[in-house]
Amino acid sequence: MGKPKFAYYTCMRIDLANFTPIPSLIGGIIIGFAVALYFYATGRLAGVSGIANNTLIKKENRFTNLIFLIGLITGPIIYKIFISEEIPFFINDNLITIILGGLLVGIGTQIGMGCTSGHGVVGISRFSKRSLIATLCFIFSGVIIVYLMNSLGFGI
Amino acid sequence: MRNFLVLMSGSIFGLGLTISSMTNPKKVIGFLDIFSNWDPSLAFVMGGAIIITSPILYLLTKNKKIILSDKIYLPTNTKIEKNLIIGSLIFGVGWGLAGLCPGPAISSLALVEASTIIFTIFMFIGFYISKFLKF
Repeated sequence: MGKPKFAYYTCMRIDLANFTPIPSLIGGIIIGFAVALYFYATGRLAGVSGIANNTLIKKENRFTNLIFLIGLITGPIIYKIFISEEIPFFINDNLITIILGGLLVGIGTQIGMGCTSGHGVVGISRFSKRSLIATLCFIFSGVIIVYLMNSLGFGI
Repeated sequence: MRNFLVLMSGSIFGLGLTISSMTNPKKVIGFLDIFSNWDPSLAFVMGGAIIITSPILYLLTKNKKIILSDKIYLPTNTKIEKNLIIGSLIFGVGWGLAGLCPGPAISSLALVEASTIIFTIFMFIGFYISKFLKF
């Protein structure tokens, strides 16, 4: 796709070619049931960054946390078996953005005490003001960094 | 039984992420790309999850007895602190750089792509580093 150098970023439009409201809504609803089931089984809220971090550093509940992470990995496998062989995947293959991205996601979710699931889904579901603010913060800085990456020619 | 349900919930969560294409970093970056070619799909994922999670969590916290755990663990902190804001801003930068957050990163390990494996390793290193940072 050719990008005109100027004017491109000032033009806001909806990407109708890639917009998938129905599968997104269905996937979201399924995630909602997963969070509910996790709470029913453990009495805990399903924030993936917290569960992953606890698996790493806490002895308490380590097996249960690990089992949840293994479950997460089986998701795409079940999709491949029952729904479709094809799972679209496209990433900016720049090693620096991947390493830096991983480090910042790791650091940020611990200092901010939550990620897209913990704050974005669970926290907002509980009408938590903290989570709403956290979600607005990470969407804000995400938007800015994607804009900068695109402007500098590193975008995808 | 409890661990089996946890495994199922992880599985269902991962399946939901895959169906909604959240395991595809390009899809996430498309959502953050509001200044050029915006793909609002991620908002539908979050919205769909919230409409289910919100009433069920509410009902379960009202009827604690049916929960399989003796105790429920809910956050009690309601203060808006500096670390909440700074941490979330840092997280957003990493999210926008790679197009991955913790759930999709771990789920997409199943795709055996070098990039997500490297990302996840560094995410865990980031978890560890965060213990030495104070804001």
